[in-house]
Amino acid sequence: MEFDDIERILELMHQHDLSEFELEREGLKLRVRKTGAGYAPPAAPMQMASIPAVPLPGPAAAASASQTPSAPEPIEEPALDLAVVKSPIVGTFYRSPEPGAPSFVEVGDRVKKDQVLCIIEAMKLMNEITSEYEGELTSTYVENGKPVQYGERLFAIKTS
Amino acid sequence: MFKKILIANRGEIALRVICACRELGIKTVAVYSEADENSLHVRFADEDVCIGPARSADSYLNVPAVLSAAEITGADAIHPGYGFLSESAYLAEVCEACHIKFIGPAPNVIRLLGDKARARRAMKKAGIPILPGSDGPVDGEEKALKIAKDLGYPVIIKAVAGGGGRGMRVLRAASELSKALKTAQREAEAAFGVGDVYIEKYVERPRHIEFQVLGDHHGAVVHLGERECSIQRRHQKLLEEGPSVAVTEKMRRKLGAAVVDAARAVQYTNAGTFEFLLDDKGSFYFLEVNTRIQVEHPVTESITGVDIVKEQIRIAAGERLSFKQGDVTFTGHAIECRINAEDPDTFAPSPGTIHAYSVPGGPGVRVDTFVHSDCTIPPYYDSMIAKIIAHGRDRQEAIARMRRTLEMTVIDGIRTSIPLHLRILSDPDFVAGRLNTAFMERYLVDKKPEGARLAEAV
Repeated sequence: MEFDDIERILELMHQHDLSEFELEREGLKLRVRKTGAGYAPPAAPMQMASIPAVPLPGPAAAASASQTPSAPEPIEEPALDLAVVKSPIVGTFYRSPEPGAPSFVEVGDRVKKDQVLCIIEAMKLMNEITSEYEGELTSTYVENGKPVQYGERLFAIKTS
Repeated sequence: MFKKILIANRGEIALRVICACRELGIKTVAVYSEADENSLHVRFADEDVCIGPARSADSYLNVPAVLSAAEITGADAIHPGYGFLSESAYLAEVCEACHIKFIGPAPNVIRLLGDKARARRAMKKAGIPILPGSDGPVDGEEKALKIAKDLGYPVIIKAVAGGGGRGMRVLRAASELSKALKTAQREAEAAFGVGDVYIEKYVERPRHIEFQVLGDHHGAVVHLGERECSIQRRHQKLLEEGPSVAVTEKMRRKLGAAVVDAARAVQYTNAGTFEFLLDDKGSFYFLEVNTRIQVEHPVTESITGVDIVKEQIRIAAGERLSFKQGDVTFTGHAIECRINAEDPDTFAPSPGTIHAYSVPGGPGVRVDTFVHSDCTIPPYYDSMIAKIIAHGRDRQEAIARMRRTLEMTVIDGIRTSIPLHLRILSDPDFVAGRLNTAFMERYLVDKKPEGARLAEAV
């Protein structure tokens, strides 16, 4: 294939408003694609390709249908100001030191660094989860007594 | 029978356990590290729990996290797979304490057989042929020299608490001993926390033959025949097959019976594998027991028709083995290739995204894998991405079947060991069944002299 041929192909593509062109013959395979055009995947056997790579939701049946109502949205604020506290362990989340006692923290409270935010019980051990941040508690994401996994969002703190 | 099993593992073996559970109507819980969020075992389990960051020590090896996940999901049993916590007596004990069934042998059996020197003594007592060697840990250089002299060089120094090829040194002369002994002890201490080493006679160019056993909690023990795993590089198996061309029916019956007796003697329950070296005179020497299911279990499943994982679950649930030794038959020949995400020449790891994936089916082909098109292989774990098992009426057919399967397999985007496997399958020594554990040396880019350090396995 000569350079002239390629130029002619490009011209033809432009003339006929083609976004993609492929040519295959002995000893040569040529594919030309206009940037910005939708990507056409190669024609390889791809039966499994339809599985989308979406992250899965957190603990399924254990959490049951009642996921916490105070779900996400404060996160629309500039990420710089908002720190998310994530669970460092797997276990059961408790908002107060014992049943009936007031919660460690409530939305709107001012929290300090190293202040206890909650307890996560793992294998009969009560682990106090402390804050790395100082600021205003803007959200809680998990209901009292619900299981949490590693990395699960617990609280959002507006640091300012 | 269990209602819900948590699988403390990842990748293809986690899927394998999920398969067995689904067939038995048991619910499954997958645990995963942040690196495996989109992995197939997470998708196909009924529930899933993220237990930690990518690093294995913080996730798949994290006993509190695994137990906690079992607690919050209400799992009544844990299947540990292979690798990771599968031979952790500690996990088995914690499970017991939490009234969760550990699908494997009892903690004290795991501990006994996990200590190589104790295992040797127990096997010797049970009548299993063992390699002549020091009967316990070696106590000082002078004793070591005497033992080595009595055994006759070459000898091998091994870590008492080691396994899988780690912490070993081959010696060919007394002059090498002092230095090797000190280094081996230091390494053993660093790798396993215990610096004790023992010395064994070293067999040149042996075959690696292992016997699969199953024992229930009612005293019944059977063996499911042998697998030959001589194709290894740095003690990592690459290709396994069964039956072994070097094992006659008479040998199988004899050693199989001895293995069953030994398993009974240590009160072995659930699945296990007894590994041996076979020298060129037909003598077996005990190596170690793996107190778990093994990667290459499909080879045995193919030729016996037994679903080993299901049997593990049934045994752990207290059921009696549903068959006797006399019911076990061996049909045809099976070969398994471990497909690794590695450069086939340099063995450098090749993590990345697979953008095209296709394995042909056809008669006698089985694929155990967790990969698919558009999946990303993380760099944090071992490089095995698939096992391809070919079964045929005889070894010749199994080889031909494996060859055409590998030739027609497409895995684009990463490098794999498939070209290496194809080379092995066409090698005249392989085809003739002339195998030994030095077989892979012919493919090594930089050949090291045998007397040098045996590199550690993963």
